[in-house]
Amino acid sequence: MSLDTTPILLSATEEARRQIEICNACRYCEGFCAVFPAMTRQKAFADGDLTQLANLCHNCRGCYYACQYTEPHEFALNIPAILAEVRVESWERLARPQRLARVFQTHGVAMAGLLVVVLAWVFWAASVLRPDAGSGFYAYLAHNTLVAIFVPAFVLPLVLIAVSVRDYWREVDGGRVRLAQVLSALGSALRMKNLSGGHGEGCNFERGDRFSDRRRVYHQLTMYGFLLCFAATTVATVMHYLLGLEAPYPLLSPPKLLGVPGGLMMVAGAAGLAWLKLRADRSLGAARVWGAEMAFVLLLGAVALSGLALYGAAGSSLVMPLLAVHLATVMVLFLLMPFSKMVHGFYRLAALVAEAGKPAPTAGGE
Amino acid sequence: MTDWPKTFDLVVVGGGNAALCAAITAAEAGASVLILESAPIAYRGGNSRHTRNFRCMHKGPASPLTGCYEEEEYLQDLMLVTKGKTDEGLARLAIRSSEDCLPWMKAHGVRFQPSLSGTLSLSRTNAFFLGGGKALVNAYYNTAEDLGVKVAYEAQVTHVHRQGDRISHVEAEIQGRPRTIKARAFVLASGGFQADIDWLARAWGPAARNFLIRGTPYNRGVVLRDMLDQGAASVGDPTQCHAVAIDGRAPKYDGGIVTRLDCVPFSIVLNNDGQRFYDEGEDVWPKRYAIWGRLVAAQPDQVGYALIDAKSIDLFMPSVFPPVTAETIEGLASKLGLDPKAVRRTVEGFNAACRPGRFHPTELDGLATEGLEVPKTNWARPLDTPPYYGYQLRPGVTFTYLGLKVDARAQVHGAEGPIRNLWAAGEIMAGSILGQGYLAGFGMTIGTVFGRIAGKEAAAHVA
Ligand SMILES: Cc1cc2nc3c(=O)[nH]c(=O)nc-3n(C[C@H](O)[C@H](O)[C@H](O)COP(=O)(O)OP(=O)(O)OC[C@H]3O[C@@H](n4cnc5c(N)ncnc54)[C@H](O)[C@@H]3O)c2cc1C
Ligand code: SF4
Ligand code: SF4
Repeated sequence: MSLDTTPILLSATEEARRQIEICNACRYCEGFCAVFPAMTRQKAFADGDLTQLANLCHNCRGCYYACQYTEPHEFALNIPAILAEVRVESWERLARPQRLARVFQTHGVAMAGLLVVVLAWVFWAASVLRPDAGSGFYAYLAHNTLVAIFVPAFVLPLVLIAVSVRDYWREVDGGRVRLAQVLSALGSALRMKNLSGGHGEGCNFERGDRFSDRRRVYHQLTMYGFLLCFAATTVATVMHYLLGLEAPYPLLSPPKLLGVPGGLMMVAGAAGLAWLKLRADRSLGAARVWGAEMAFVLLLGAVALSGLALYGAAGSSLVMPLLAVHLATVMVLFLLMPFSKMVHGFYRLAALVAEAGKPAPTAGGE
Repeated sequence: MTDWPKTFDLVVVGGGNAALCAAITAAEAGASVLILESAPIAYRGGNSRHTRNFRCMHKGPASPLTGCYEEEEYLQDLMLVTKGKTDEGLARLAIRSSEDCLPWMKAHGVRFQPSLSGTLSLSRTNAFFLGGGKALVNAYYNTAEDLGVKVAYEAQVTHVHRQGDRISHVEAEIQGRPRTIKARAFVLASGGFQADIDWLARAWGPAARNFLIRGTPYNRGVVLRDMLDQGAASVGDPTQCHAVAIDGRAPKYDGGIVTRLDCVPFSIVLNNDGQRFYDEGEDVWPKRYAIWGRLVAAQPDQVGYALIDAKSIDLFMPSVFPPVTAETIEGLASKLGLDPKAVRRTVEGFNAACRPGRFHPTELDGLATEGLEVPKTNWARPLDTPPYYGYQLRPGVTFTYLGLKVDARAQVHGAEGPIRNLWAAGEIMAGSILGQGYLAGFGMTIGTVFGRIAGKEAAAHVA
């Protein structure tokens, strides 16, 4: 859009500033989430302040349905949508390389395309690098080959994210971090406090102006499921290297006890989130990234589903194709961490930590 | 509308707080109810959608309220603002019933929050709605819908047909089509007439054409006028309205809470001629903001200008519009369209009259001017620190006082006695209790209390 010369169109940040200044004169939504108390700290909003508010916002939409100034009112407020847009733009701006973020955050097709490429590559690798010995799925790809591929695919994206989050911290003027702040932020995230609606009945996502806890439940299933699966992998790595215990593991082993419920939770959570996404009003989110967000949710589901299927198919001829699919989805999930919705977790936590470090909001005047 | 019965048990006219409380109460008692709301769905809820709290009596802490607030203190507060212009019986009824409103509201979907930042002084007396009045209205519509209440939007009632001591039907225009709707009982909850500028101008004088209306454009008093024309008993001063000074750049209608300006105590306020006209520091702002609507209304062109300097800009809640800013007093004056020389003279005179002393923004600090014809008796500090800021002020009308007279059962009366199947609730009858002035949060209390009474009485009538 380099030819766009219409200066009357506000940038997302400018539009967010316009809207937030209206909210700051109103404050009716103070009890919904952390965004409104945070905004009362100032009268003027620097770009970094808006980035921070945008990343604090969990898109619960309470402040849309409660607002007396939504369209057709001339103030035309739509806080969830404009903060979502500023948030996505901040992830694009802070990602490196930015171009990859722009492609993958906006286009679900790009993610699907990458998946196909990686899948083909895994098949090729399996046929070329097939080891002479090894049991279970190591019969198809040697453990060391797997490690050689996946460790960099996991670590490099994390490094990129760390750099981005550092830049975020500078942009929002996060200051020194204390342990209490981190604990408070983790407390908010682990309970998903900002999706509680302030009254504990949830948010306004798939049922219009009625409250529902479904989004919080599905999100937490996905998040805790993912963490359990991650823990399973970590435990398995420890068992492999330190204890010399190699996969496949029996059902009553730690990796399976963590991984199977984790996988089931992720599948249920991702399915639920995808269903909610279909029902919710797209104009209250960052509409342009809807497709890519949906693709990301489905990818999470695919990671878990293929993992569970792989476990179920042990010993059958399906192991090879399922293994390929599983490895490919995991690989894409990792590679795209800095460039997909996955990154929201890092920024969100950073925003919560930064907020916990600020003085308790007070308002001027009475 | 195809699934409507031929005759409803109850038709409720209006779709704000009072209407919804009546509809829900009647539906819970088993009545079939139709709500006729003149606004489209996006603007449903009248002035109630702009509110933030209601005033609630309580004998001990009752979340979200702190401390206690008992009947006598509440009544005293009311007596003070109305200068005794109230019906004490009805006032006590509203106050006593308000205590039971809090749990009732919670049970019907309203959620509360601690008093908003900047309103700490209200945390004992007023319970704040989480998300404000529109969230309350949404909750009530959902509750009503779950109870089977039918709602017609864009349904303007044009006539309430009276036959002797009964109402037989209402005539309405629903999405542009005229309809006659029959019911066995009727509740009128259609608010005041402040959105009808012609009516305001007839009552107040031509100056009213320059007033801004803070709330809904749909409260045009059509039903009130119709009932008065049919001999319904009325109450309240027909020439008066409640007006506060708001930002002059606010929209004509529906600007709501964000257009208020709390800077007056820390400013000097000038009229079009660059002259001060009233003591800006007479009392703390919550006690004075309601008089400034009238004060500004009495000035040429119904406009005022609040001037402050850099020392005071952070002492009040931000307004929705940024102030006009300049490095000099003259510069500010010309940006505001005032005569720079006249403003300079006024500011110099004011500055010279200021005395040293302790300034305290949140209490009466007694920092007063000396020797001015129009003194400033608190918070008087010279305007001497650039940049200087200016806000244009205009009268913003909240509501009108003229209403239907009701009894303790919310029943409407004609000259010969009660109209048997007609009740009224909310702003349309609030003049019975609020003859003058206003007590923050009392509008929603009146609507909730009398809405519930009206709903109960109407349901009992048709049972
Ligand atoms: C900006 C602002 C802030 C306020 N804040 C507070 C506060 O914090 N606390 C408080 O207690 N009070 C507050 N008030 C006052 C409060 O809004 C009113 O006292 C209260 O809302 C009155 O409720 P009601 O149901 O009688 O009227 P409304 O809520 O105004 O409802 C009237 C309804 O009738 C409908 N209607 C009108 N004419 C017709 C017709 N002919 N046919 C069909 N329908 C019709 C309207 O569309 C509307 O839905 C505030 C007012 C304003 C303007
Ligand atoms: S979203 Fe609307 S109701 Fe909520 S604080 Fe902002 S302006 Fe007020
Ligand atoms: S959408 Fe929800 S989380 Fe975001 S600002 Fe509004 S109320 Fe807060």
